[in-house]
Amino acid sequence: MKNLRSLSLVALTAAVLTMSACGSGADTSSSPAAAGEQTSASEPAETGDTVKVGILHSQSGTMAMAEKPMIEAVQMAIDEINASGGVLGKQISYVSEDGASDAAIFAEKATKLLTKDNVATIFGCWTSASRKAVLPVVEGNNGLLWYPVQYEGLESSHNIMYTAPCPNQQAIPALDYIMENIKPKSGGTVKIFLFGSDYVYPRTTNTIIKAMQPDYGFEIVGEEYIPLGYTDCSTVITKIQQSGADIIVNTINGDSNVSFFKQYRDAGLKPEDIQVMSFSAYEEDIRGMGPEYSDGTLFAWNYFQSIDTPESKEFTDKFQTLYGSDKVTGDPVVNAYEGVYLWKKAVEAANSFDVEEVIKVCESGSVEAETPEGVVSIASGDTHHCLQKVFIGVADKDGQIQSVWETQDRVEPDPWLKSYTWAESAGLGS
Amino acid sequence: MQIKDIQKEKRLSGKMKLALLIFIFLATAPLYMSSFRVTMLGKYMCFALIALGIDMIWGYTGILSLGHGVYFGLGAYCMAMHLKLEASDGALPDFMAWSAVEKLPAFWAPFQSSAFTLFSIVLIPVIFAAVIGSLTFLNRIKGVFFCILSQALAFALATFMIGRQEYFGGSNGLTNFTTLFGHAVNDPVTKTVLFYLTLISLIAAFALCMKIVNSRAGRVLVATRDAENRLRFTGYSPAVYKVFVYCLSAALAGIAGALYVPQVGIISPTDINIAPSTEMVIWVAVGGKSTLVGAILGALVVNFAKSLVSEQFPAVWQFFIGALFIAVILFFPAGLISIKDLPAKIRSFIKKRADTGEAEDKKQAGTNAKAKSDNGLFSNKKPVTVTSVKVSKGDGQ
Repeated sequence: MKNLRSLSLVALTAAVLTMSACGSGADTSSSPAAAGEQTSASEPAETGDTVKVGILHSQSGTMAMAEKPMIEAVQMAIDEINASGGVLGKQISYVSEDGASDAAIFAEKATKLLTKDNVATIFGCWTSASRKAVLPVVEGNNGLLWYPVQYEGLESSHNIMYTAPCPNQQAIPALDYIMENIKPKSGGTVKIFLFGSDYVYPRTTNTIIKAMQPDYGFEIVGEEYIPLGYTDCSTVITKIQQSGADIIVNTINGDSNVSFFKQYRDAGLKPEDIQVMSFSAYEEDIRGMGPEYSDGTLFAWNYFQSIDTPESKEFTDKFQTLYGSDKVTGDPVVNAYEGVYLWKKAVEAANSFDVEEVIKVCESGSVEAETPEGVVSIASGDTHHCLQKVFIGVADKDGQIQSVWETQDRVEPDPWLKSYTWAESAGLGS
Repeated sequence: MQIKDIQKEKRLSGKMKLALLIFIFLATAPLYMSSFRVTMLGKYMCFALIALGIDMIWGYTGILSLGHGVYFGLGAYCMAMHLKLEASDGALPDFMAWSAVEKLPAFWAPFQSSAFTLFSIVLIPVIFAAVIGSLTFLNRIKGVFFCILSQALAFALATFMIGRQEYFGGSNGLTNFTTLFGHAVNDPVTKTVLFYLTLISLIAAFALCMKIVNSRAGRVLVATRDAENRLRFTGYSPAVYKVFVYCLSAALAGIAGALYVPQVGIISPTDINIAPSTEMVIWVAVGGKSTLVGAILGALVVNFAKSLVSEQFPAVWQFFIGALFIAVILFFPAGLISIKDLPAKIRSFIKKRADTGEAEDKKQAGTNAKAKSDNGLFSNKKPVTVTSVKVSKGDGQ
């Protein structure tokens, strides 16, 4: 009896040890360069004729639905590049990790990709929380992250490339549009109601909009937030009705958009009475709620699936052939896709996979790629953002967004809002 | 009585052996594991520290708290505020600048002091727990009502942190630290020191909990769980003991939070909300409650499994973890720690089968075996019940 007991005790410990051995064993087998501890990406991640990259998106948790198309877009870009000869003659292989919609797990997985898999670069993250968690990891381990989602700005890390717009490439032009095109019902000035999910992007964006107010002269008649994933918007909608607002600036993220638009219609509201301008909902969200609910409302992005260029059509066709004919694309999907191409161009221009070399080339302003939204280029200097054309579109009855307004040229990124005096007087930025 | 005491003695030594093995494994891990894995182990040890506290209140005292993320969060945020101030080096922390805050809020100022921070990571959770504990336990709020209350607390704190973006970084939490008391957080030496500091804290906490459990106070705790009314009639005040053990577990969670932040590099409201709080209880359940070492084992095994399985199967790993939980509950209701009884169980099962297969006239032997097998099944629960019986006897004196 006693022997058996201690035997099973040993067996249990052995099991734990084996588990840890699996972990450390994989270290040495998966990447020879990681044999020495903490060999950071100063040594290129190529081995033989492949180069390894990381994909870091949520595959579980609340963000999984939104981030899955991003993974598909990155995989599609990698497959295309591999089919046409790879990068610097090397085929791209990828390691995909699940950030599980949890910032701490994003940090852990980013560390794993950089120190254990020794990837040349990482494509990933959606929420600001996940990006902020990965930021010190890529900076500390000399990694490079391509971040594909529109965000609140006020950031430019040496080790992150932002392929999506910052506020001066989305929110601020959208406010310009509102000032020009929304007619106040009761005369006077435009009344705006701010409504968003309760997290950093909506709150910071609304802080920026409030800072613009003295300069632009609109009136803010309300500001409300609901938790991510929340489905009851009726109280807020009542408040909106009572506030006399002319337009709702909607920064709700994810599936709460479905409830918002449905309850907006159920309350008898129409775009003609109270218009909606959405910053975070895109074609995929419309597909989720049904086009009848979003019909006639406004969206601000740098790309719509409906944009009528051969590149855009080709991209949509390919995406639908690969992942299903009912799939839609949209700005975040395209940004994820073009990140891979921009990285390829930068690597080729640098003639090296070395992170510092790649960043140097990106900062020179010479990196540009043909993408579904046209030619995209990384701005010169250390902002690490792209030049973006801004579109305002109206959702139609088929769930597509048709452009009604666009900026003449591509807008230079200004993540720190340095060119705006109102930002300085509100204490925003550095 | 004597026999029972000897049995208990034996059992304790078995648990101690397992604890010793775990601690040796942890202490030697940096010798054969990559620094990435060692940092992860450091994180799991923080979780084990929380699990110890939860085992004290749940396993021994019978209070199910589904909101211990609150105390973990309080400790973690205290530490993170200090680190954030160190990182911004006199300037305003970066997230305040985004939220149009122009001056450092008054309650941030004391966290510039390392001494204050070190006190606060224990004191703030304990004070908070004392207030909550007194309000609930003195009013005899228990069982499901306390569960719901504790969950609501976790949700309230997380919502508060998200809403007060200008003071706590909102849903992003606090991140991007550079130094810990002047040492770079990315430095391998700092990491190793932190790892061993966590290990020492875990061993010290284990020793402390062991001491409490084996003391008279520990018996009162068990009595609170098993027969609260009887305890009250014998002149004890269960509420006082409950508040004490609740504060103890809050202190452990607070320390765990403070050790977690510099090793993981981020604390956000996601990590203190209801889901992670519930998971903390799952670690204890999977490891084996009211054993202390089971709590440590559970926290380490569940989290190690989560990391390794999710690396192998990023798309479907949660199914495997779910299967692990179900398997443990179905086959080892007393937790992983009861695996050691498996051979005895199997042996008695085989014997039972063999005996029933034999002729009727060996009835005597059959009943013997049955008695034995019952012993095997309940052996992991029995000593605890024995203690509780002893307690109530002891109380009478």
